[in-house]
Parts: sequence; C-alpha cells; structure tokens
Amino acid sequence: MTKTDLDRRGFLEGALRATAGACLLGSGLGALLPRPAASALAAPLRPPGALAEADFLAACLRCGLCVRACPYQTLRLAAGEPNTIPGTPIFTARTIPCEMCEDLPCVTACPSGALDPALTDITKAKMGVAVLVDQENCLNWQGLRCDVCYRVCPQLDQAIRLDERHNARTGKHAFFLPTVHADACTGCGKCEHSCVLEHAAIKVLPLATARGAMGAHYRLGWDEKSKNGDAPLVDAPLTLPIRQPEGRKGFVP
Amino acid sequence: MTAAPVSALPLCPPRPRLLIARRLVQALCLGLFLSGPWAGLWITKGTLASSLTLGVLPLTDPLIALQSLLAHHRLSATATLGAGIVTLFYALLRGRAFCSWVCPINPLTDAAAALRRKLGWQERVLLLPRSVRLWILAAILGLSAASGTLVWELINPITMLHRDLVFPGIWLLGWPALVPLLVFLVDLLGGARLWCGHLCPVGAFYGLLGRWSLLQIRTPHRDRCDQCRACYRVCPEPHVLSPALKGATRGHPPVIRAADCTLCGRCIDVCAPQVFTIAPRFAALPHPRKD
Repeated sequence: MTKTDLDRRGFLEGALRATAGACLLGSGLGALLPRPAASALAAPLRPPGALAEADFLAACLRCGLCVRACPYQTLRLAAGEPNTIPGTPIFTARTIPCEMCEDLPCVTACPSGALDPALTDITKAKMGVAVLVDQENCLNWQGLRCDVCYRVCPQLDQAIRLDERHNARTGKHAFFLPTVHADACTGCGKCEHSCVLEHAAIKVLPLATARGAMGAHYRLGWDEKSKNGDAPLVDAPLTLPIRQPEGRKGFVP
Repeated sequence: MTAAPVSALPLCPPRPRLLIARRLVQALCLGLFLSGPWAGLWITKGTLASSLTLGVLPLTDPLIALQSLLAHHRLSATATLGAGIVTLFYALLRGRAFCSWVCPINPLTDAAAALRRKLGWQERVLLLPRSVRLWILAAILGLSAASGTLVWELINPITMLHRDLVFPGIWLLGWPALVPLLVFLVDLLGGARLWCGHLCPVGAFYGLLGRWSLLQIRTPHRDRCDQCRACYRVCPEPHVLSPALKGATRGHPPVIRAADCTLCGRCIDVCAPQVFTIAPRFAALPHPRKD
C-alpha cells in the first residue's frame, strides 16, 4: 500500500467521523431549539420594543445591555427557567413591572435592533396585553369597589376602563367592571403587580396568547357605515316580489 | 551553521512570565465587566457577546453577529460596528489570541490539562481530528440560517460562563451554569484540550480570522533545541510546533505559521535553551530562507 492510499483512507475516515459528529451535534442542538408555538402560553414578557418572538430570537445577541440600562431592575436575563431562552431579557410583571420610562433606556442600549429603535413613544409599546383572567375572584366583579388596577394604570381610562353594570344581587348597586382595551394597553404589568388578591386576577399575557383575530374578510357594518360618513352602505332596502307555488294561499306581509 | 557547544547554551530556568501576563490580561478583561456590578464603577457594560466600554466603544462577538445575520436579522449600526472592530483587531493581532488571552473558558481547560499532567493521564480517551471544530462551525452557521435563531448561543459555554460571572445570581437558577463545568470534565476525562483544540467552533472561527495576522511565534534558535519536548507538553495546539522546530532541513522558515497557534507563549516560558521568541510578521527572519 502506498503512502497516498494511507493518506486518502485517513482523510476519508476523518471526514466521515467529523460528519457523524457534526450530525450528532446538529440533532442535539435541534432538540434545544425554541418552539414558540408550544411554549406561547407561559412565555415570559419581553422588554418594550421587542420584535415578534421569532424575529427577536434571531436578533437578540444575549448581551444584557438592556438589563444594565433598566433603572428599576425590571429586566433580567433568563437563566434557563422553563420556557425561556438562556441569556435573553425577560421580566415578571407580578414581581417588578415596567415603569414605562419616557426615554426608553433599554431600547436605546440595545446594540442589535432586537429592541426596535423605531419605538420612540413608550405608550405605543406592546410588551403584552392585560387580561382579566379570573372574574370569579376579581373584587370589582363581586360588586366591591377595589379599582386598584384601574387606578395604577399609566394609561388611565384608556387601557383599563370601568364598565358600569346593574348589580342584580342587591338590586340597588352597580358593578364597575375593569375592562381592558388592548389598543391602549402597553403590557407594562402595573395592574398585575398591584392586584390586591393573593394571586392576581388580572395578568399580562403575550399578545400571541391573549389576542384573537377576526378573519381578514370580516367587516363590521357599523364601522363601515361610519367610515362612509354615516351614509347607508346600500342605497335603499330592496323590495322583492313574493313568489309562491301557483294556487296556494300563502303569507302576505 | 555550526552548533554551539552544549556548555555555551544560554540555559535559563523556566519562568512562567507569559503565563502570568496572560492570567493578568484575562483577569483585567473580566475585571472591566465586574467593576460595575461589584463596585459601582462602570467601565464595560454587557457581556462578551456585545458590550459598551465607557459609553463610547461598542464591541460585538463577530461569530454571534454572523449567526444573527444568517438568521435573517439586519443588525443595527452599533452591533455591526462592534463586530467590525473586533474582527479587525483579531485579524491584525492574531485570531486565536482571543482563546488564550481573553476567553474565560481558557483557565478551566488549562486547569484540566494541568490536572491531567499531575495525575499522569497522558493518553487521550477520545480521538478526534482537529477538523471537527470546523464541521461544528459549519453546522451551527447552517442551523442558524435554517432555524432563524442564534443556534450556538443556546449552549455556548464562553458566553454562558461570562454571563454567570457578570450577572451574579443567575447561575444559581439554571442549567447554563453547568455547561462550563461540563467543558472542564470533557477535557479532564476525554483528553487535554479536547474542547479548545478539537470542538470549539468559536476558536475555529477566530483561527480563520487570524490567517494573515501580524504577531507570530518564531524559532530563531531552533538549532539550540535539545529535544526535551517541554513545549509539546504544554502547547494547546502542539501540531503547530513541528514545522517551525524541525523543518530546517525541509526549508521551513523558523516561524509558527499555523493559524491554530493561540499566541499563549507557554513554549517561550518552558523552553530552557530559549528557542522561541514572539515577533511581528514583517520583522526580518534571522536565517535566510532555503528554497
């Protein structure tokens, strides 16, 4: 056997072993890959301006500069808790909510654009959306006047409003039902943080978990009408002839 | 050239001067990050993945930036600039200088290798070609592009250890704290430098960066070599030594050319006849090249 043969065999063996190793490593890493759909329910909250989760995981360098910039120690780096990607920034609203700094220090500190620099107005942030998940334990839903979530909301009377409803139990009082309006809610978590119950009845959930979506083809008649300057959308009610089998006495309107 | 008589060799007892310098630089690099959280003196914020020094100097790990680009994210100007600065620095200096002078994993794998020497565990348990790290590098870049996430950052022991140190407390919480320990055990049980020399794709990446770098280890006095093999025992990439040490008859210049050399300088420290020096690339060679 010549030297060349030996070298070629050595090279082939080496390449084969390396490929096998790389495949093994690849499948191991594949098992670690995040699966947003399965974990959306318990997904932690991201800082303001965070891109949609899939884009965020491509953009976040796991450097922690946003955590350093946060003046309230709201943000922290995930350490490998369930449903988190190690090294990415998260916060827990019930522990420390976002104080909605007007100068967005976390977004300014982000070197990669994972926190979108296009966000310049903190009231436009969408870190999640508050949902009154437990009406059966919410004090306001029992007819009491707690109102704490309503009062602490930085978007007072916009993100959470109190809807008045008759209290049939006493017959003479009103319910003031906290109602979240998602278009104004930033997901800061002040409501969840302040809920007086043992376990918060109002919780901030990731948008993907909390929000439904109408079909793109849905049109609400009243919206379309107001867009149309309150003019009727169809010219006039149509009057159609009533057709019935011959010789039958039918319903005449 | 006539060999000098043995008695005239400038023998000097091995002194670990470069090893001490290296440990100091490693401590300094970590200290820049730690002075803020520990003493309130903020010099460098962030981690090795991406950082900001004194509010003006952005630095970003180019491999992490590359994964992000491949995962279809257009990086902001700050991270792009930071990655550019780091790339240029290591391309000019020497790519793998990161491994021996900055990387926080290096003291762990050095310790594993030293423990193996002390225990007399000479033979490697796991035999792997050194090209495996290049395959792993290719795999993580491909997987980053395919999955749209920074694949290596899911297990990268370098950034995990650095985060554990710089953000104190988070290591108590999760499995990432165990990854650097795993690297130590891999090296201790599998073979010296198994991680840094065979598996780590970060080192492979920096190696590719440093092909044309300016600093080199040279062997101007290779005629003094007394074959004691002390350098081979301590070198993290011993395959780079032979051409420079023993290639005189084959016309190989007295220079360690291989990009795998991490410029750790252990060979300079341990060599009693002082065969090795560190020199800039364009300095004149002591011997004329035999072509």
